[in-house]
Amino acid sequence: MLKTFAKGGVHPAENKLSAKSAIEVLPLPKKVVIPIAQHIGAPAKPLVKKGDEVKVGQVIAESGGFVSANIHSSVSGKVTKVDNVIDSSGYPRMSVLIDVDGDEWLETIDRSDNLVTDISMSAEDIVKRVMESGIVGLGGATFPSHVKLSVPKGKTVEVLVLNGVECEPYLTSDDRLMLEKAEEMIVGVRILMKALNVSRAIIGIENNKPESIKSVTKVASRYTGIEVAPLKVKYPQGGEKQLLKAAIKREVPSGALPLDVGAVVHNVGTAFAVYEAVQKNKPLFERVVTVTGKKLSKPSNFMVRVGTPVNQLIDAAGGLPENTGKVINGGPMMGKALNSLDVAVTKGTSGLVIMDDTESVRRAESNCIKCAKCVDVCPMGLEPHLLSKLAKKQIHDKLETERVMDCMECGSCSFECPASIPLLDYIRLGKNRVGQIMRARK
Amino acid sequence: MSQIVLFTLITLSAVGALAALILYVVAQKFKVYEDPRIDQVEEILPAANCGGCGFAGCRNFAEALVKADDFGSLYCPVGGNDCMEQAASILGKEAVAVEPTVAVVRCAGSCDKRPVQNKYDGAKSCSIASATYQGETGCQYGCLGLGECVDACTFDAIHMNPETGLPEVVDDKCTACGACVEACPNDIIELRKKAKKDRKIYVSCVNKDKGAVAKKACEVACIGCKKCQKICPFDAITVENFLAYIDPEKCKLCRKCVLECPTSAIQEINFPPRKEKKAPAETATNAEKKDNNSSEPEKKEESC
Repeated sequence: MLKTFAKGGVHPAENKLSAKSAIEVLPLPKKVVIPIAQHIGAPAKPLVKKGDEVKVGQVIAESGGFVSANIHSSVSGKVTKVDNVIDSSGYPRMSVLIDVDGDEWLETIDRSDNLVTDISMSAEDIVKRVMESGIVGLGGATFPSHVKLSVPKGKTVEVLVLNGVECEPYLTSDDRLMLEKAEEMIVGVRILMKALNVSRAIIGIENNKPESIKSVTKVASRYTGIEVAPLKVKYPQGGEKQLLKAAIKREVPSGALPLDVGAVVHNVGTAFAVYEAVQKNKPLFERVVTVTGKKLSKPSNFMVRVGTPVNQLIDAAGGLPENTGKVINGGPMMGKALNSLDVAVTKGTSGLVIMDDTESVRRAESNCIKCAKCVDVCPMGLEPHLLSKLAKKQIHDKLETERVMDCMECGSCSFECPASIPLLDYIRLGKNRVGQIMRARK
Repeated sequence: MSQIVLFTLITLSAVGALAALILYVVAQKFKVYEDPRIDQVEEILPAANCGGCGFAGCRNFAEALVKADDFGSLYCPVGGNDCMEQAASILGKEAVAVEPTVAVVRCAGSCDKRPVQNKYDGAKSCSIASATYQGETGCQYGCLGLGECVDACTFDAIHMNPETGLPEVVDDKCTACGACVEACPNDIIELRKKAKKDRKIYVSCVNKDKGAVAKKACEVACIGCKKCQKICPFDAITVENFLAYIDPEKCKLCRKCVLECPTSAIQEINFPPRKEKKAPAETATNAEKKDNNSSEPEKKEESC
C-alpha cells in the first residue's frame, strides 16, 4: 500500500502526454518581456532603463524587500522599454522589454556541463547566494526560496521534504527534470540540507513516474539521509500540507506553516536551480516548461529563457491547433487561461496546456443538490458549498470562522461538483475579501 | 360528561390566567424603555432597508436620528429632503438639505466601440472577473458587463442593455442609495448631482492609460488631451492620469466640452437637439446620435 494523504482528493485523468519527450533547449527568442513581479511578495525595482545594454545573468531589477526576489536578464541585448505589458496575471504590469542581440553571458557564470558535487560554501553563504540568484519556488507558487531557508530563531527543522509529486494532470516538467538531471538535483538537495542544517531529506514522487523514481533512487542511494518516497497518485498531493501528511505523516494545523511541524518543503525544480546558483553561479533565468495538449502535434518539454513569449513555445511544439479554446498557464486544475499569447514565460510557468473548445468550456451551472461531494473531496476538510454561498452573500465574519483562509484553491470541489457550480471562483473571491479584512485589522 | 367539560374549562382558564399574570409581571419587570419617537420616525422613512444611509436598515437609521444632536451627515437618499424635513419636525431638529444625486455609469465602451479580444466563461460576477484578469476587452478599467450593479439594485433602477452590453440607469427610479457604486469592482458608477430635467454632462470613461493605449482599446475612451479643460469657461474640468473629470459642482451644463472632445467621451444626456447652424454639421449629428443613445440606441446589433 503506497502512502498518500488522508483527507479528500480526486484523481483526474493523468494525460501525461509529454512524459516521453526529452527536454529540448528552445532557440533564443528575438525579443523578451521580463515582468518585475514574478514572485509572491513585493515586486522588484527595475535597475535598467531604455537603451541600456544587458548581458545574460545581469540583475535588471533588484529585490523590493525580504519577501521578494531579484530579476535577472535571460538574454543579452538592448533594453527597448520599461513599460506595462500584460503578463500571466491578466493585467498590464511593469516589465522590462529587451531586444536580443547574440548570447553573451556574464563571465562569472560557469557554463561548463561538468558536475560539481563538493559543496564548499557555508550555510549562510548558500542562503545569500540563493537570495542573490532570485530563486523562487518553481512548483508554481513562486514563493522566494531564501525566506524558506532562513529559519527563524526558536524553530528547528528536522526534515527537508522535496516535492517531486507533480500531481497536476498533463504536466511533466518536474518528471523530465528528475529523470535527466537527477545528479544535479541531488547535489541541490544536499545544498539545501546544508543550508537548513538537517540530516534527513525525503523526495516525494507520485507512482505514475516510475522512471524518475528509479533514476532519483539510484543517485540518492549514494548519499546517507536522502530517501525517495513513492506516493499513490492523488490530486492535490503536491500541496505542501498534503505532501507532508503523505510523506512524513505530519499534519500542519490550520494557519500554521510546515516549519511549525519541523519540516521545510521545496520543489525539485528549485533544488536544481539551487544547484546551478551555488555550484555554477548561474542565477535563475531559465526553466523547464511543458507544452502539451491532446490536439497538439508535438507535446514537448522545453528549457526556456524567462521572458520568451508563449506563442513561440507553442510554435515549437507544432503550432496552435485549430479550434483551440483555451491556453492554460500551469496545469488544468490550478492553472489560469491566458488572455493573450504574447504573454511571457515567467519563473512560475511550469507548463502550458492547450485545450480545444469542446474540452475547455464550462458546463452550465445548475442548482446545488446538497450531495456533499465537494465536502468529501476537499483536502483541507472545508465545506466548499457553504463557503461559496457565504462568499456570494458577503457574510465575511462567518467565512472567517469557517476557515476560508485554509483553502489552497486546488479546485477539487469545482472539479467534482455534479451541478457544475463554480465553487472555487466564489471561494477565492471570499478569500480575497476576508484576507483584506484581516490585514486591515492588524 | 358535562362535568368533564366544566373541569376542562376551569383548569384551562386557571392556567391561562396564571400564564397571563406571569407574562404581565415579567413584562413590567423587564420593560425596556424605547423612545416613542423612534417608531414615529421609522414610520415616515421609506422602509426600503437599502443601506443607502450607511445603517443596516431603516429602524437603525431612525434610532440614530433620534439619538443625534444634529443631523449632520445623517441623510436618507431614498426619502430625500422631504423625508428628512418631516423627521426633523418630529424631533424638533434642523434638517440639512442635500442636493439630490443620481447614479451615472461612466463607461461607453459598447461592443462596437470596444472590441472583444477573448471570451470570459467564469462565474457571472464582475468581482470574480476583475480578480481574474482585465476583462474581455483591451481596457482594464471599463465595464465588465456581468451585471453585478443590476443585482445590487433593490429599486430596479439599473438594467443591462443587451445591445451595448452596458448598464443603464433609470433616473426616475434611482434613489442614489449607492449600492451599485459599492458593487462595481471597477468604480465606474458615480453619484452625480441631479440637474434640471435630468440633464447630465459627464466624462463617460474611467480609463487611466495613456491616450494611444486607451484609444487602441476603445474608440470612445478619454485620451487625456485636455482640450475640454482648455475650453471650459468654469474651470470645472480637471485632467489627471490621462483622464478628464467634470466637477458637477462647477459645471454649468454649457455643453462646450462635448463638441470639443475628439473621441466623444463626454456624454450629454436629455438635452434638446442643437441648432444646426451654430455647430458644424458633423458634430451636430454626433450630438444627435448621443441624444438617441440615451433613450434608445440606434445600433441594432446582436447582443454581446
